[in-house]
Amino acid sequence: MSLLSLRALSVTLRERQVLDSVSLDVGPGELVGLIGPNGAGKTTLMRAALGLIGATGESSLAALSPEARAKAAAWMPQAREIAWPVTVETLVALGRLPHGRRPGPADRAAVDAALARMALEPFRHRTATRLSGGEQARALIARALAQDTPLVMADEPIAGLDPAHQIATMEVFRDLARDGHGIIVSLHDLGLAARHCTRVVVLAEGRMIAEGPPSEVMTADLLARAFHISAFHAETADGPVFQPLRVIR
Amino acid sequence: MTRLYALLVPLVVVLCVVSLTTGPADVGMAESLRALFAGGEGPMTLVMREIRLPRMLLAVMIGGSLGLAGAAMQGYLRNPLAEPGLIGVSGSAALGAVIAIQTGLSAAFALALPLMALAGAFAAVLILLAMAGPRGGSLTLILAGIAISALAAALTSLVLNLSPNPFAANEIVFWMMGSLADRSMVHVWLALPFMALGWVIFGTVGRGLDALTLGEDAAASMGINLVRLQWGVVIATACVVGAGTAVAGAIGFVGLVVPHILRPFTGGRPGALLLASALGGAAMLLASDIAVRVILPGRDLKLGVLTALVGAPFFLHLVWKVRRERA
Repeated sequence: MSLLSLRALSVTLRERQVLDSVSLDVGPGELVGLIGPNGAGKTTLMRAALGLIGATGESSLAALSPEARAKAAAWMPQAREIAWPVTVETLVALGRLPHGRRPGPADRAAVDAALARMALEPFRHRTATRLSGGEQARALIARALAQDTPLVMADEPIAGLDPAHQIATMEVFRDLARDGHGIIVSLHDLGLAARHCTRVVVLAEGRMIAEGPPSEVMTADLLARAFHISAFHAETADGPVFQPLRVIR
Repeated sequence: MTRLYALLVPLVVVLCVVSLTTGPADVGMAESLRALFAGGEGPMTLVMREIRLPRMLLAVMIGGSLGLAGAAMQGYLRNPLAEPGLIGVSGSAALGAVIAIQTGLSAAFALALPLMALAGAFAAVLILLAMAGPRGGSLTLILAGIAISALAAALTSLVLNLSPNPFAANEIVFWMMGSLADRSMVHVWLALPFMALGWVIFGTVGRGLDALTLGEDAAASMGINLVRLQWGVVIATACVVGAGTAVAGAIGFVGLVVPHILRPFTGGRPGALLLASALGGAAMLLASDIAVRVILPGRDLKLGVLTALVGAPFFLHLVWKVRRERA
């Protein structure tokens, strides 16, 4: 069973091709890391897959009705917007909007579970707009989790989080994948991608240049091609260690 | 939340009763209410049913509409400084009314003024639709609204500028200040269908406004149709503000101030703010309309003047607070 299926997905914005014929399948149990330099098309790929921007080719999600799609996939955009001074609990409960009008016990359970997963219990009654940037990011991740969809897509969810919360958040995603969800996250931390993702998809200049398990994909050759960097890479008893070293000119 | 309604609903009811029993005809509260409900042949029944009742009803309808439209507009634009007049509907409705007065249409036919005002509001919506299109987005909407407001204000000034008739000019200036004095049940029946349509549409936007708290992208991914939401808010605002301006003139600051005061009491949720703000707007306009009759009974103090006098300092306070929070 596939949670997301893309066939030759292409996006042209202002006569410039920003995504060139990407085909990809994501199934349950997968934590897919979307990596690539700035402007490679990571955000465009996810938004086009959701049907939020026009695209050619096929996306199984974009083909759904908006209501059905909201129950199939949750989306955490990169811009962390919280327009009004609502409590963290209220913010997370917004994720239950696609599930009907009157909040019931199932909605409360989903909100409680999402708060617990992101270790936000102490913040439950705090005003979300007064939290720090990293705390807001965690609340917004919890909001997406509360939507309780088979697929979760998040655009740079761990950017701006402290190291402990970066690791904890990746572990939450991995647990969700283990429970049968499919997760797609874009991220710039190659070390975390190598350690936690079951699969990485490398984008460069709008094209998918590689995909597969991190140990196979993140080779010196590919890093030089996609990111113009060299890196230290070792398999240790603690899992893979990955540290970008210098820029190759 | 429940406590807020337990406060607002009785407040509106009490203000309705006070509004009904305030006026130059010096009659006791019990007697005037008896004249209203039991009827009879006396002049008091006429005063109650033809003068005070429409005045009270219009204050509730227009105040509630302005509060509702203000809350929806702020929620949609995600900006606490937004207000119903932003999209240019009130300005163009006023222009229609001014033309009706200047051309003498309103003297020839009493309903010409409100009907022309409604036509002005309708024209503003058509321009907005043409400018912002089905997928224009909120920025296009605001900019088009500012342009429409400026154009309507300029044309209103032009009418005054070229007016050969000082009496008409005088009437225009006083009409534009906004008032609920000397309105009849005909005005109520004229405004009600448009306002009711607007209220029904506003009843459907709460969920979408809640979702917009997370931004347009997240709201769209949760199944909210942003195009429908945008035009729902615009059309409903045009209906209620156009109809309100048509029968009462321009009444400012209610739609700006009321949602802002009540927001903390509704937990910040824009959907929950809609009903609270409608009640708050009704209470504020009822109170203001009572105040203009009590403060200067003989001088016909205009309602719009009073709401602006109270509202503008509050607006300054708001700007001050925002400035401090951002500093």
